[in-house]
Amino acid sequence: MAGGYFHSIRLLRSQCQGCVTCVKACPTEAIRVRNGKAELIEARCIDCGECLRRCGYHAIVAETDKLEETEQFKYNIALPPPSLYAQFPPETSAAAIWEGLHRLGFDEIFDVAVASEYISLEIAAYLKNYNGGRKPLISCTCPAVLRLIQVKFPELIKQVVPVLPPTEAAAIYVKNEVMQRTGLKSEEIGVWFIAPCPSKNANIRQSVDVRHTQINGSLSISEIYGKILKIMGGEIQPDKKVTAGSSYGMSWGSYGGELEAAGIENGLAVHGINDVYDVLEQISLNKMRDVDYVECSACSGGCIGGPLTAENKFVAEKNLKLRLSIMRQNEPDDRLATMAQSMICEDFPKSASYVKKLIPRPMMQLDDDILEAMKKFEKMEEVLRSLPGLDCGACGAPSCQCLAEDIVQGKANEIDCIFKLRSSVKRLAHGMLELAKQIPIASEPEEELREDGESDAST
Amino acid sequence: MSDSKSVKMHYDVAGDDFDRAGEASAGLKRLLQKIGVPADIIRRIAIGTYEAEMNVIIHAGGGQVDAEIFPEETVVYIADQGPGIPDIKLAMQEGWSTAPDHVRQMGFGAGMGLPNMMKCSDDFDIQSTVGSGTNIKMKFKHISEDL
Repeated sequence: MAGGYFHSIRLLRSQCQGCVTCVKACPTEAIRVRNGKAELIEARCIDCGECLRRCGYHAIVAETDKLEETEQFKYNIALPPPSLYAQFPPETSAAAIWEGLHRLGFDEIFDVAVASEYISLEIAAYLKNYNGGRKPLISCTCPAVLRLIQVKFPELIKQVVPVLPPTEAAAIYVKNEVMQRTGLKSEEIGVWFIAPCPSKNANIRQSVDVRHTQINGSLSISEIYGKILKIMGGEIQPDKKVTAGSSYGMSWGSYGGELEAAGIENGLAVHGINDVYDVLEQISLNKMRDVDYVECSACSGGCIGGPLTAENKFVAEKNLKLRLSIMRQNEPDDRLATMAQSMICEDFPKSASYVKKLIPRPMMQLDDDILEAMKKFEKMEEVLRSLPGLDCGACGAPSCQCLAEDIVQGKANEIDCIFKLRSSVKRLAHGMLELAKQIPIASEPEEELREDGESDAST
Repeated sequence: MSDSKSVKMHYDVAGDDFDRAGEASAGLKRLLQKIGVPADIIRRIAIGTYEAEMNVIIHAGGGQVDAEIFPEETVVYIADQGPGIPDIKLAMQEGWSTAPDHVRQMGFGAGMGLPNMMKCSDDFDIQSTVGSGTNIKMKFKHISEDL
């Protein structure tokens, strides 16, 4: 947790080739290549996983927990999100997936989708009672987006809906309920999220929006999926406790699902970190004030597009859509009536008691002292004007602008720019030639001098 | 730069260019973030400048956005050489607009531009001469209200 930040993203020096693919992919300019290896700037990283997705050398990994860690607990609960179900074709029954989880050692299964339904209603109610403040309201569910807002758009914090992320709400409810039902102590119960992305894991370890997480760890879908495939078969026994969500909670796994479950019509479903960035920029300029709600997901496609999933996101989207339509054949026509069938948890936690206020984490300013920052800014502009403006990345920074900033902050050197280096070498070479011409003839052996003279004339 | 206690920015805004609309405000926002002006103040400056930038694009056929940032305040000047505003008092009323239909269809021209600029800024001044253009000056104090 260097620098006070926990990140799930790990850069492996041994694998890193020093190419700047990750540097260029990072939406918060949080990576630099220094001395041939990629390094993370902890204060800027939002754990979105774009770097991990793009790295061709497997040099970037997400730290998640291992299945063996469940052995420390007497009773283990799995929290599968809709994106886990989306890995499987719709012919694979939910009960078969549950049995797979059961055989992997989980005693109980609680769908994150159930919590999504409660949270959907909280969002709808918050929107209904929201008067006078700036619009649109912004979804809180993607931790990478929350972190992006903290570091790049702190002015939008007030527009983030203060509700629990469904995963956390599910954990709070199920742990408490199991303690009451079984008499087990909190420390005897392990609650495990099956994660599609590194940002959820980072948020469990160091939450930006939840006071006390009840989740013990997260296991990546990519790891669990293969294990379930090998072990599954048959259907789960009826004595095993499973709390399953309806098609509306399940729809959260793909973009637009949150709007659908909350019944919001005048809303946008924005997905993919670059599009999220653009939309937040527009919201900040008040351009989207006529929109009620913006659902934001850092991953393209929504959670099914998470970097720790196993299946191609388009296939996963199709899988989920088909699964939902099969579910809807057996559900009431009405959304609220459908959700009411799975929302039967007594005393489901209300967000207000558990959510903490997002704290701005601005990382843009050049100096804490405004006068000093202004001086640095002018210097930065001056340096920038002297750089070629090609944004080639060869210096290890994503753009000339970033290099100029790094130079002003004393973290890089002008000759890190290969074009600067080239002109320095050229200047030096000319200087050497000039000096060579001034060497007194008498002090040099005749032969060598003649050779020099010849090569000089030929160039 | 003659005055070491300020940083200046200049943008030329092209008329009727909706693709690039917001570039000046977004650029100014980034500059203010680098300097470390509080986020809520930056937002007011960016919104006010954006409204002005849009006016220049829609009504004036282009103009200039200049900003000077001091440690304690930011001053934004928006100048255009457009048709000018015959009755400023009328134009300051909410909902009053001369935006053509095609512009309104894009969601602009609701007649909130000037009133919004005044609301966002701590000091607002507008000078306009019919036939020669409009000059707006907005001051924003760097005193954060909350966050």
